[in-house]
Amino acid sequence: MTQAQLQETANIPAHIDEPGIRKWQDYFSFNTDHKVIGLQYLVTSFIFYCIGGVLADLVRTELRTPEVDFVSPEVYNSLFTLHATIMIFLWIVPAGAGFANFLLPLMIGAKDMAFPRLNAVAFWLIPPAGLLLIISLVIGDAAEAGWTSYPPLSLVTGQVGEGIWIMSVLLLGTSSILGAINFLVTLLKMRIPTMGFHQMPLFCWAMLATSALVLLSTPVLAAGLILLAFDLLAGTTFFNPTGGGDPVVYQHMFWFYSHPAVYIMILPFFGAISEIIPIHSRKPIFGYKAIAYSSLAISFLGLIVWAHHMFTSGIPGWLRMFFMITTMIIAVPTGIKIFSWLATMWGGKIQFNSPMLFAMGFVGTFVIGGISGVMLAAVPFDIHVHDTYFVVAHLHYVLFGGSVLGIFAAIYHWFPKMTGRMMNDFWGKVHFALTIVGLNMTFLPMHKLGLMGMNRRVAQYDPKFALLNEICTYGSYILAVSTLPFIINAIWSWLYGEKAGNNPWKGLTLEWMTTSPPAIENFDTLPVLTTGPYDYGVAHAPANVSPSENPVLRADADEPYPSIESDIETRT
Amino acid sequence: MKIPSSIWTLLIGIGLTLVSLWYGQNHGLLPTAASDEAVLVDGLFNTMMTVSAGIFLIVEGVLIYCAIKYRRRAGDHEDGPPIEGNVPLEILWTAIPAIIVIGISVYSFEVYNDIGGFDPHAIHEAPIMQESMAMPGTALAATLNDTPPSNEPNLNQQKSDEAMQDPATAAVRNADQIPQKREAPGVGSVSPSLGASPEKAGKPPELEVNVTGLQYAWIFTYPETGVTSGELHVPIGREVRINMTANDVIHAFWVPEFRLKQDAIPGRQSELRFTPKTAGDYALICAELCGPYHGAMRTQVVVQKQEDFDKWIQEQLTASNDTLKEAIALNPATVSPDEFLAPYTKEMGIHPEMLHQIHK
Ligand code: HEM
Ligand SMILES: [Cu+2]
Ligand SMILES: [Cu+2]
Repeated sequence: MTQAQLQETANIPAHIDEPGIRKWQDYFSFNTDHKVIGLQYLVTSFIFYCIGGVLADLVRTELRTPEVDFVSPEVYNSLFTLHATIMIFLWIVPAGAGFANFLLPLMIGAKDMAFPRLNAVAFWLIPPAGLLLIISLVIGDAAEAGWTSYPPLSLVTGQVGEGIWIMSVLLLGTSSILGAINFLVTLLKMRIPTMGFHQMPLFCWAMLATSALVLLSTPVLAAGLILLAFDLLAGTTFFNPTGGGDPVVYQHMFWFYSHPAVYIMILPFFGAISEIIPIHSRKPIFGYKAIAYSSLAISFLGLIVWAHHMFTSGIPGWLRMFFMITTMIIAVPTGIKIFSWLATMWGGKIQFNSPMLFAMGFVGTFVIGGISGVMLAAVPFDIHVHDTYFVVAHLHYVLFGGSVLGIFAAIYHWFPKMTGRMMNDFWGKVHFALTIVGLNMTFLPMHKLGLMGMNRRVAQYDPKFALLNEICTYGSYILAVSTLPFIINAIWSWLYGEKAGNNPWKGLTLEWMTTSPPAIENFDTLPVLTTGPYDYGVAHAPANVSPSENPVLRADADEPYPSIESDIETRT
Repeated sequence: MKIPSSIWTLLIGIGLTLVSLWYGQNHGLLPTAASDEAVLVDGLFNTMMTVSAGIFLIVEGVLIYCAIKYRRRAGDHEDGPPIEGNVPLEILWTAIPAIIVIGISVYSFEVYNDIGGFDPHAIHEAPIMQESMAMPGTALAATLNDTPPSNEPNLNQQKSDEAMQDPATAAVRNADQIPQKREAPGVGSVSPSLGASPEKAGKPPELEVNVTGLQYAWIFTYPETGVTSGELHVPIGREVRINMTANDVIHAFWVPEFRLKQDAIPGRQSELRFTPKTAGDYALICAELCGPYHGAMRTQVVVQKQEDFDKWIQEQLTASNDTLKEAIALNPATVSPDEFLAPYTKEMGIHPEMLHQIHK
């Protein structure tokens, strides 16, 4: 498509034939408005979070005692397999896509995504994929081979469950590829004319990096899974050693996607945190370019570290060193982000509301996962702790402390924009306190468990680990309880919450320059930038302006929506 | 008296360093170090803990300091100062982590080399021809020695073949026979996993043990004596080489006290060299998900004095003179799955009735 055609698509969104409808039924239909789709993603993925969380608590309940006394070992394996699959593919990844859907067009002043119908298709692949998994669990034949599904084990446990698992993950992979194409084209082609790359909010940069990563890595996973399906269902032996296949080849293909996947899960929330911290500290983000480019660096490096999951499985010695070094290097751009966030807060005027608390919790917790990640990169040490609870601790500090706290920060932050109402701050703080306590109580002891000799994915373990496991289990119950205030708060606030106004946080990025919730096509007139996205405290961007008379952003009624020529000229 | 901020910074820096150094040595997070390799790995870990404690304290410290010092006071609606960057500072915090990770990499590299990660000897011996001739269903007569391929029988394969004959185990294993590839196809090298340490490179190991992993047991054979056992005995101070493979699915050989782990992969052979240091009984744990009873797949490693080891070998030899098959101490071939799992469950405090109920 040419630029002109794309601009057309944006200006005439596919939902134009039903302008203005905003009934609750819209959320259950093939709606093409990016904001509806964003909310569909977020609500759906949150439901899966609750399901994944219940599975986690069942897993932990089994692990409360060293014996197998709660579920059978077979069921136990299905529980943690589905827990991980759901948390990754049905919660964190789609939640990132949900925010991207809602925010990207608003942040760059577009009326919708580049391909609204494709956008809806990408979303509607998710519910069937999730249902498949849940059905397999209900009929008692769910996959048992872990979310990594390594052959030959995945070929000799239940065929039905494994087949369903492959199908489901393929659907989810397809969905995220379609989503990524849309994000990329939207970001590259549909920014308002005055917005060069360096005027883009950092969340947009993060999504740029994420989408590129999705496009490069997901197809490899799909290929691996299709070959696995052949082995499973058609009797081929790509990975099956009984016919001369090689299981290690599967591991390469799997991790070529699944390592980048952790960046796919965390980069969007790095982006969100970079939005939230400056607003609530009332200071410009420190080191805008460094943060923007470090996202790209993480995305690039993320593609060449996969074999660090295979240090004990059979790769040549020199290759382990290569992957050790690439993995270590990722710590540098990640560190840049963390230090920049701290510097943004330094000297600021920090407002302790729920989004900021979650953002600070994110930084404080993610650091622990990052540090243990660097340790794991050191080959001789990884050889000791690979496949133990040390790894389980590390990955939860990254995924729970990083992604999940990031998601909550983002929900509290953009809830007023999405619904037009504020969330209750007191219950937000209760939610935060319970989460931080539960999180550390559940996952901190796991470091020691792993170092001392507890392997992961076991339903029974040495009684000497009983005490620490009991602590972890009670921590996980606190985590379960912690979501209750959030759920009630979200529903109640959506219905009856205090009216938010258009710009309750006095933000400077474009999404705050329109109504809350935004109208069908986002902006009445073409927005024009007169300042950067984070110019807090800068002379021409006074802090205390009512949103309607914000001089920072001049919505010029006479200006037509962008003409193609001016668009090409001004874009950097 | 007002203390200048540079002095505060200095004091805090010294305090942080001391705390980190102390913690790096006194974290008490690792089990006994029972092999020469473990001592090296622990040195690396302690160093990383020192650095990590420092970084952790700095980041959390700054976070909490900001939270207290820079919180918005009631009634203050101003913005903070518009500081957008500071090039020297940014260079500093890019350079310091870069230097730290380079340092850790170099240290890891050293340790990895010392524990035999680069054993070039093992790599050059890769019998590429042999491996490409591996055919399904044939026990590949690959040697388990350092010498180029010979026609010596593969004891790993023989033992697992024997175990396979028994329907009781075949049932839980779901596999017939898996051809053993000596190593990664196409790469043309034995990935030695962990080979000999540099000073021992090129020398044969002082003791060899072949290990086969199968759902849910380890079988050890001592090629020099032909002893077969369900638990691993090794003498103190002699370098051992473990040659491993798996019959059905991937298993992983892990002895936490040795700090060593290696996957046993069906169709491949991998090896691990180490020198046991401290006498004792340690758990050998399967670290790769291998099925529902993965958690029960564990046995003992007995590190003992040379005399005790020799005595043990003698006992095993006498026992095996009659029926080799029965001598496999915990050979699942001779027992039902329930019986086979019973000793493990007792050791781990699981009630046998429970197991009986849940085992289909
Ligand atoms: C609600 C709190 C959570 C609890 C209590 C919890 C608990 C657990 C436990 C105990 C395991 C280990 C299972 C085993 O090795 O036998 C596990 C594995 C895992 N969890 Fe969670 N988890 C939680 C949240 C999350 C979240 C938010 C994610 C996000 C992605 C996640 C992703 C994973 C993954 C990827 C694994 C690895 C599974 C495997 O080893 O195959 N978990 N979880
Ligand atoms: Cu095993
Ligand atoms: Cu196992």
